[in-house]
Amino acid sequence: MTQTQLRSDLAIIARNVRSGSRILDVGCGDGQLMAALRDHKHVDARGLEIDPVNVATAVSRGLSVVQGDADSDLVDYPDGCFDYVILSQTLQTTRRPDIVLDHMLRIGRQAFVSFPNFAQWRIRIAHMFGGQMPVTEQLPHRWYDTPNIHHVTIDDFRSFLKDRDVVIEGQWFLSGDRPRKKALANLMAEHAVFLLRQG
Amino acid sequence: MAKAMHGDERFGLDKRVRLLGPVRLDSGAEFAPVDFAYETYGSLNADKSNAILICHALTGDQYVASRHPVTGKDGWWTRMVGPGKPIDPARHCIISINVMGSCMGSSGPASVDPSTGGPYGMAFPVITIADMVRAQAILLDHLDIPILSAVVGGSMGGMQALCWASLFPERVRSAVVIASTARHSAQNIAFHEVGRQAIMADPRWNNGAYYGREAPASGLAVARMAAHITYLSEAGLTEKFGRRLQNRPDGSMGAKSFGFDADFQVESYLRYQGLSFVDRFDANSYLYITRAMDYFDLAEPHDGVLAKAFAATKARFCLISFDSDWLYPTSESRRIVHALNAAGAAASFVELSSPFGHDSFLLDAPEMNRIVDGFLRAGENL
Repeated sequence: MTQTQLRSDLAIIARNVRSGSRILDVGCGDGQLMAALRDHKHVDARGLEIDPVNVATAVSRGLSVVQGDADSDLVDYPDGCFDYVILSQTLQTTRRPDIVLDHMLRIGRQAFVSFPNFAQWRIRIAHMFGGQMPVTEQLPHRWYDTPNIHHVTIDDFRSFLKDRDVVIEGQWFLSGDRPRKKALANLMAEHAVFLLRQG
Repeated sequence: MAKAMHGDERFGLDKRVRLLGPVRLDSGAEFAPVDFAYETYGSLNADKSNAILICHALTGDQYVASRHPVTGKDGWWTRMVGPGKPIDPARHCIISINVMGSCMGSSGPASVDPSTGGPYGMAFPVITIADMVRAQAILLDHLDIPILSAVVGGSMGGMQALCWASLFPERVRSAVVIASTARHSAQNIAFHEVGRQAIMADPRWNNGAYYGREAPASGLAVARMAAHITYLSEAGLTEKFGRRLQNRPDGSMGAKSFGFDADFQVESYLRYQGLSFVDRFDANSYLYITRAMDYFDLAEPHDGVLAKAFAATKARFCLISFDSDWLYPTSESRRIVHALNAAGAAASFVELSSPFGHDSFLLDAPEMNRIVDGFLRAGENL
């Protein structure tokens, strides 16, 4: 597997993880990012994943993945035991994103968080003119079956970080696979990736 | 299936050896000499890096992948061990040892005490899971196997695998722990006590001195029946038997006897399980091994902190539980995973879905095989 095959937000994370570091991938799926980091950056990677089929696939490719729930199981990890804790496209699915982020910043020296931006202009238009919950390519679920129970915008997330004295050490924005500038990101970007540490 | 190591009499099927020992027991006693009954499949490679120890459960034995000499049945884990299986004699040197305290050839209460010339009976020392593991280490020394690529076990076998990683961190590269626990719960102990009381209440038990006479078969059968219920799930029993009645000897279909014969199919099944068990197992061994399991609490020697039991280990761990296993439920595997995380060990864990309760690990479970296969191969590529 090469990094170029990674989803674009994962590719950003993969590029910015230090070689040889220790990472915990929360919501690691079938372990695609972990495998790439292990193979290309000699990272000591651990994963947490809720779906047993995904866990089985990840373990069968030789990764150390524990079946569990970000909302309930991060509490069991000791302080500072990872260089990075990664949460990609999972924040908006947790019951308590605030507590999950607290744990990430406690467990890891730094944390990567990526999420779909609910303030992107397509979503705003769908909402404003359609009058219905938006169903887009990046957010394909309907209101009743969506796993995304805490939609968040880039500006929401920034003010949330500010309230909690969390330091932003890096931020990247995407429209599809294309990078976007920081300016107007809340309106223009479909996805955001943040690198954080506790202030 | 076995490819014996040519010219080396220590390797192959149905091996026996008596070693000087001693095994230093948790009780403070020493046990010597130590008899071992074991099998090996496959060959040790040149750098001795492909040895896999398979640890058996309470009533299991060394016949993991070869025909059982008493029952004539295939080995108890041919779904996991054999050509083309996750544990494969083409790749691995597989060792399976009858545990100390058991009755298939390793030292146990039915063995002859060299100091008296008669069976040990109740003079056999009370042993622990750690004692079983220390004994196994003595046999592996004899086989010149310094490092285990993996220790693999389900149920009590999983306890041994955990104990191996804790007691001999320098010898264990990885551990596969299936449907197991790091300690016996009050409920686990309670069920075992029912079984032990059934054996000891059988007048033929005679304080363990029944060798050469009639064995306490009724007591042992009841013990097995009670234990067997704990190996199955309610849903599994319902699916298999429901409330269906047996056909009666007089040919009447499924009528109640209004007596105490085995009216229900589930009764008949349990009675059969009990009766067939006594032909292959020693009642005193059942007492000693259930006692060892009840004493098992991996955290106990570490101030009750399970993570400390894994402080020195560099092994990778793979834990698997089954959602219908109420004997060693998923919560016990999670407890182990939390401790391994706290110790910084590389741990994988998955709960698999199966209707068959604790026994699931012995049955057809393709996901379990896929996980174990990938986990072991990853270790071979390190």
